[in-house]
Amino acid sequence: MNAPRPYPRRVFLRRAGLSALAVSGGASFLASCASGGSDDSDEVSGGGQEQTSENPFGVDAADPLHVVIFNGGYGEDYAKFHEQLYNAQFADAQIEHEAITDIRQQMQPLFNAGNPPDVLDNAGAEKLPISTLADTGQLTDLTDLWDSDSIGFEGMTVRDTLHPIAIEAAEYANKPLAMNYALQVYGIWYDKALFQQKGWQPAQTWSDFMDLCETIKSSGMAPMAHQGKYPYYIQQVIIDMAVKHGGPEVVYAIDSLEPDAWQSDSIRMAAEAILEIKNGGYMMEGTEGLDHIQSQTRWNEHKAAFIPSGSWLENEQASVAPPGFQTTVAPTPLLDGAALPFDCTRVEAAETFIVPAQAANQVGGLEYLRIMLSKEGAAKFTELTMAPTVVTDAAAGVDASPGLASSLALIESGGDNNWNYYYPIWYSPMDPKVQTAVGELAAGRVSADEFCDRCQEAADETAEDPTTQKRTRT
Amino acid sequence: MQYGKYRFIVGFLIAPLALYAVFVISPFIQTFYYSFTDWTGVSPEFEYVGLTNFELLWKDDLFREAFFNNMFLLVGLPVLTVLLALLFAFLLNVGGTGAGVRGIAGNGFYKLAFFAPQVLSVPVIAVIWYVIFSSESAGLANSFFGWFGLGPYEWLASPSMALYCVLWVLTWGSVGFYLVLFNAAISSVPRDIFEAAFIDGAGRLSTFLRVTMPLLWDTIQTSWVYLAILALDAYALVVVMTIGPGGPDNSTQVMALRIAQEGFQNGKAGYASAMGVVLFFVTLLVAALLLRATRRERIEY
Repeated sequence: MNAPRPYPRRVFLRRAGLSALAVSGGASFLASCASGGSDDSDEVSGGGQEQTSENPFGVDAADPLHVVIFNGGYGEDYAKFHEQLYNAQFADAQIEHEAITDIRQQMQPLFNAGNPPDVLDNAGAEKLPISTLADTGQLTDLTDLWDSDSIGFEGMTVRDTLHPIAIEAAEYANKPLAMNYALQVYGIWYDKALFQQKGWQPAQTWSDFMDLCETIKSSGMAPMAHQGKYPYYIQQVIIDMAVKHGGPEVVYAIDSLEPDAWQSDSIRMAAEAILEIKNGGYMMEGTEGLDHIQSQTRWNEHKAAFIPSGSWLENEQASVAPPGFQTTVAPTPLLDGAALPFDCTRVEAAETFIVPAQAANQVGGLEYLRIMLSKEGAAKFTELTMAPTVVTDAAAGVDASPGLASSLALIESGGDNNWNYYYPIWYSPMDPKVQTAVGELAAGRVSADEFCDRCQEAADETAEDPTTQKRTRT
Repeated sequence: MQYGKYRFIVGFLIAPLALYAVFVISPFIQTFYYSFTDWTGVSPEFEYVGLTNFELLWKDDLFREAFFNNMFLLVGLPVLTVLLALLFAFLLNVGGTGAGVRGIAGNGFYKLAFFAPQVLSVPVIAVIWYVIFSSESAGLANSFFGWFGLGPYEWLASPSMALYCVLWVLTWGSVGFYLVLFNAAISSVPRDIFEAAFIDGAGRLSTFLRVTMPLLWDTIQTSWVYLAILALDAYALVVVMTIGPGGPDNSTQVMALRIAQEGFQNGKAGYASAMGVVLFFVTLLVAALLLRATRRERIEY
C-alpha cells in the first residue's frame, strides 16, 4: 500500500490561509483601511438656502442626505419615522438610509477617505472612538443646533428642551460635538410583581439591604446576579453607591484623573459593600462566568432577585420574560453617611448621533438632528423603543411599560442629583483596566484596598500618558 | 512549446500574485509605515513620531502579559496537538489487535469524529465551549466532573484556569486536522516496515517512537510551525469565549487582542501597528527557529 499522499493540495491551501492569517497576526486588517486625503474647511457644507425659522440652517432640498443607523436594541424604525418627517419638510430630498451593526468596520474607511455620512448613529459594541473623533476635529459643532428653535416646544430653543446630562455629555473642549439621544437609567432591576407577592421592598439603606438579602436567600433565591463576563454592569453599582455616598465630587475627581481619586472613602466603602454581598453568599452561584444573556435569563426565571443594568433591559429581555414579569428599576441602597438621597441614580445620555465635519451635507445633518429632537420625533422614539430620550417631557403622552414608567419616575425624582461619569468615553484605555479590577472585586479575589489601588494605578497611567487628551469636570 | 512559455506562466500567475500583493504584501508594508506614526485610525491626519510607539510598547505591562500568554500557548498547543494527533493516527492505522498490521475497529468513524471540529468556524467552537465551561454547577463540564465528586470549578471565570481552557479548546479544534494529515502520512509508509518491527518484537510504544515518529518527521515539523503560528494568534477564540474578553484578570490576554483593543477601541492605530510589527517579527523568529531546531536528515523509504 504505497499510495501517494492524498492531501498535498489541502495542506498547501491550509498553509497559505494560515500564514496569511497568522503571520500578520491581525495586523493585516488594520492596514486594509488605509488613511486617505483630508480636506480642511471651516465652512459648513450643503444648504445655502435662505435661513428661516422653519429652516434655520438653510437646508437645500436638492442635497441628498446620508443617514447611518446602528441597528441594535433600538432597531431602525424610529429612524425611518424621522426620515419621513425630514421628507415632509423637504419633499424632494433624497435620503439614503443605512441600518448596520458593524459601525466601525463600515464607517472607518469612509472617515479616512474623507467621505463620511451626514448623520451617524455611533453606537453598539463596534462604535468609533468618539473622543478621538472629537480631538481630531472630525465632528461638526452643534452650537447652532442647540440655539435653534425647537420643533414642537413653543418659544424654546433646542437647548432648553434637553436634559442637563445631555448638554453635559455633548461637550468636548467646551463645544457641543455629539448629540446623545437616549436617556439611559441605571440601577438594580427587579420583578415588581414578584416583590409584591413576597412582600419585599427594595431597601433604602445598606443594613436594610443586607437584611433583605438574607430574607431573599432564605426563600431559596439568590439575592443578586450580575453579568460576570462583562464587569461593566456591576461596576455601575459600585460607582453609583460611591457617588451617592460622597456626592458628585467623587466622580468629578475620577473623570478629571485627580490624584487619589479612587482612594476616597466612598469608593472604598462601596467596594467593601460589594465584597459583603459576595462573601455573604448573596451572589448567584456561578454568576461570575455568565454573559448578559445567560444571567438576565436566570433573573427572568427568578433564580435571582436583583440584577444591575440599564433601561434597555426590559426591551432586551422582552422575548424571554415570562408573562406578568414587571421589570422595574430600584436605586442602589445608601451607604452610611450618604450625601445624596436614595431616589437618584446614574443617568447617561447615550446612543450618540454625530454630524461628521467632512460630511457632504452638514446642514442637512443638523436639521435631521433637530427633527429627531422635536416633540413628535422624540415621542415616537420612546413609543417604539420604550426608552426615554434626552428631550425632557417628550415622553409625557406615551403609554409606558413598567420598566419605562419606573425609569421616567427615577429621572424625575433624581432631578439634579442624577449624575453620570465620562472616563470610559474620555479615556478608553483606562476603562478595561478598571473593569478588570471590578471583575476581581466582584469575584471576591481582591480586597477593597487592592481594588482601589488597581483602579488608581490605571488612572495614574492614563494621567501620565502623553497621547491621552485630559479633560476636567467641576 | 518553448515559445510563449513565460507568457503562459505569467498569464496564470498574474491574478493570484496581484491579489497577494494587494491583500497581503501591501498591508504589511503599510503596517510598518503606520507604526512610526500617531495615526488614530479614524482620521486622515497623523504625524510621524519616530520610535515613540515602540518605546511605549516596551514599558507596556499588559502587552508583556499578553506576550507571555502567547508563549504559553506556543509551547502547549503544538506539543499537545502533535502528540494527540500522532497517537490517534498511529492507533487508527497500526493499533488494531489481531494478526498483521491493521487499524483499530471503526477507524473511519473516529477519523470523521475527530475531524468534525475542523468544519466549524472558530466563533461557533468558542460559543460551544463557553457553554460547556459554564461556571454554574449545572454546566456541562461541572456536571460531568460532578459525577466523580469533583468541582464545581469556575473554568473560564477563574484566572488560574482560563488560559488552560483556551489551550484545551485550541487543541480540540486542531487535533482533527493533524490527525488526518498524519494519517495520510502513515498510510504512505509501507506496511512491511511496521510488520518487520512487530516481527522483530517491537511493542506498540517502541514502534511509535522508533518507527512512526522518525518516518513522519517532515510532516511533524511542518505541523509544528503551523501550530506555533496559530498559538501566536488565538484572537477569535479569546475574544468570543473569555471573560472581558482577555480576562479574568487579563489571564487570557493575547497580543492580537491587544492590537484590536488599542487600534479600534482606543483609537491608537499607530500604536497597534507597532504591536503588529512586533508580532510579525516574533512569528517570523519562532518559525525560523523551529524549522532550524527541528531539522534532521530526511529518511527515504
